[in-house]
Amino acid sequence: MRLRRVKGRTEEKGAVTVTNGPQKRAVKGIKVDVDKCIGCRACEVACSAFHASPKYSSTNPARSRIRVVIDELNDAYVPVRATDFTSAECTGRHAYTITGKQYRECIFCGVSCPARDLFREPDSGLPLKCDMCENDPPLEEPMCVQACPHDALIYEEREEAGDAAEVRDELEIGLEALSKKHGRQKVIDALARMSKSKRGAS
Amino acid sequence: MRYAETGFNLEIDLSRGSVERVATDPNLTRLYLGGQGTAGKILWDRVPPDIEPFSPENLLVFSAGLLLGTPVPGANRTAVDTFSPQTDRYSHSLFGGFFGAELKYAGYDKIIIRGKASGLVYIWIHNDRVEIRHATHLQGKGALETAALIKEELGQTEAQVAAIGLAGENRVYMATIEHANSSASRGVGVIMGDKRLKAIAVRGTRDINVAHPAELYNICPPMYQEIYDNPQCGDPMAHEDDEEFHVDNFAWGHARKRVKGFWSKEREEKWKAITESVRLRWTGCYNCPKDCHQAIKYPGRHPYFQKCYSKLTYAMAAFEELEFNYNILGLTQEYGLDGFSTPQVLAFAVELYEAGILTDSDLPDFPSDGAGRFFYLVERIVRREGIGDVLANGVYHAARQIGNGAEEYDHNTMKKFEQVPLKLGMINYPYFLMYATGEKMNITQIEGSYPQVPIADRKEREKFVKGWDAAPERFKKWFMEWEPRTHPTVEAAVNICDWNETMHYIDDAIGTCAFLSSFRGQFGGRTPYHIYNLPVFISHASGIDLDSDGLWEIARRNRNLIRALNIRRGLRREDEKPPEDHWKKRDPEMETRLLDAYYEFKGWNKDGIPTKETLDALGLDFVSEDFLERGILTTRKARPANEASAGEGQD
Repeated sequence: MRLRRVKGRTEEKGAVTVTNGPQKRAVKGIKVDVDKCIGCRACEVACSAFHASPKYSSTNPARSRIRVVIDELNDAYVPVRATDFTSAECTGRHAYTITGKQYRECIFCGVSCPARDLFREPDSGLPLKCDMCENDPPLEEPMCVQACPHDALIYEEREEAGDAAEVRDELEIGLEALSKKHGRQKVIDALARMSKSKRGAS
Repeated sequence: MRYAETGFNLEIDLSRGSVERVATDPNLTRLYLGGQGTAGKILWDRVPPDIEPFSPENLLVFSAGLLLGTPVPGANRTAVDTFSPQTDRYSHSLFGGFFGAELKYAGYDKIIIRGKASGLVYIWIHNDRVEIRHATHLQGKGALETAALIKEELGQTEAQVAAIGLAGENRVYMATIEHANSSASRGVGVIMGDKRLKAIAVRGTRDINVAHPAELYNICPPMYQEIYDNPQCGDPMAHEDDEEFHVDNFAWGHARKRVKGFWSKEREEKWKAITESVRLRWTGCYNCPKDCHQAIKYPGRHPYFQKCYSKLTYAMAAFEELEFNYNILGLTQEYGLDGFSTPQVLAFAVELYEAGILTDSDLPDFPSDGAGRFFYLVERIVRREGIGDVLANGVYHAARQIGNGAEEYDHNTMKKFEQVPLKLGMINYPYFLMYATGEKMNITQIEGSYPQVPIADRKEREKFVKGWDAAPERFKKWFMEWEPRTHPTVEAAVNICDWNETMHYIDDAIGTCAFLSSFRGQFGGRTPYHIYNLPVFISHASGIDLDSDGLWEIARRNRNLIRALNIRRGLRREDEKPPEDHWKKRDPEMETRLLDAYYEFKGWNKDGIPTKETLDALGLDFVSEDFLERGILTTRKARPANEASAGEGQD
């Protein structure tokens, strides 16, 4: 994943950064305060408009990568961000009781999963994933956070210990995907074959 | 491509069990915008005046306002329109929450329901898939409980549900349609029950497109922030624990008694503690930052939502304390009863009992305390048991069915509908006109743009007027001239009434909440939305080229069309009378002058009927033709439309 570590500064596209020694990794996050949420779903409106094509041309909460999961009779209002895709649902479920209020486990879960209707592109059925509103130039804060004056959503950037992710170019990402699919050796062999045949042809 | 709207209505005939998706004419959007406006056109075209409200031919129309589903903040109101058995007139109510936006995302601007199901049913709309499903297992279930049960059985936690409770099922005239934190009242729940329709559930995953995306999105987030920051919009009173305004100014019991000196610091502390103990949180409606609704959990009751002045309507009608109000609301919200008219009906019954008109044989084992009596009566009314069967028809009809002098106690209805319990001293000119001529039955749906009281200090007055962006220039002049304890001129009163109702007709067509515009200007003047910025939002969202004059003209068209619906059902000047005791000091001569002037200003004749010229100028030729055919208007130009009305509108 390509990371922009500093607000307001863009990395040069296509550059390869090699890092030396122990580094810190920047992590973008959204802090959610479920007690402050009034359930207005403006975050969904903002997200779906931002991710529409062309931008802002349409609104559709079903395309939003953040959803406020509401259980009115249980006073549960939980904004959840789309995370990963899974092809199979969990084998079991937890139910949490937090200060006397019951929450179903799925209410906190951001996974696009067959157990429910959330975080799937309504036309294609493909999974949706929050990209923290990746944009060029980068936004101050993701759209959902900007849409929440109640501060139920607070954007934060923190540093975690660990190697900073290198900034990799598209070719490298593509090669890695091929390696994952076919095995690294096959890709090396194929490249070798290709360069050999090319040499032979010249 | 259609912008802001979907361009399709859903037509459902419950007698035949048929469902149709019908494309709409974009020209109607240009003429009436949507919501109440286009619903009015449908009712005009398809429900002739000889159709009884309880006839299968009566329509129940759910309309998502034009801007619902777009990014425009605070556009979340669904209009419900039909004809009411209580008034035999046009019935209109609005509810917020999330239903209307979801309907748009499902691909429909309206649901038009006709016919009657043979047994209790609910409708399930999931994009293109629409089902009429049995609801016998939901019979007698509470409104919010029904919503939860339907979502569970469909496995659709994201569906939005509008449902009736037991009151609607039993065709109680005060029945509401409940949805999430909102409800529709004023005679629509009874028709839903009459059609044997327990609920509508909707889930939509389609896009709503807007005409000018970048331009619209440039103004929406700043408006959202403005609404959040603006302390004069939303429901600021709901957030206050000081209830002196309500308990001092509204009448207690059956709109009878002003109780002075009830309020004290001790009571405020006590009531605040009660409210805080039952409130789960504040909640908002779709895409609006205002949190106007309290989620309440009262011991032994289902969680429910409380909004507006319903916090006190039952308590004051029963001469009880706040705790009783939270308690009974937990019951009446599930039964689906209107928190404004129901307490009036209950207090009316108590009055009749105390006067000996209703006796122990009508009310066996009637409790002696206010709270006990209200619970007793509610149970009978929602089941239409015994005297409850009569009271379920509202004060006007119940008084006449009971007879024996009961009619004398029907002192707070107008056009057969319960009014807000306000009893005041001196007649107020604009308010006289609003009460008399409003088609929306409740003053809160008519008043709202022009301040209720003048500002005594001239400097303060100037300051107010300077920042009064929402007001056309002429109102600034009139406000500057308004000294305390004086009346505005007839001309000013007429214009004030006109502006107030015009803003409601705009809100009710596009779906923006009255708490952001049409109702809130009277308190401080600074509404987020007004006649000058709304055309920009509408144009960017819908692609309709519109300015303030054009928007005012559409509101005038809608207002005349709605008027025409009632005129065609028999409404005339003699019906336009606020309750006799609404003001202690009346001025019959001035009232006649005011009404004459207002009718003239509106381009209506002396009987309150829009003239042919007025109707034709608004493109409502089909109305004038119908009026001529029916003899409601004659070809003889009896009284000319006021020349000045051509200039009505913007300064």
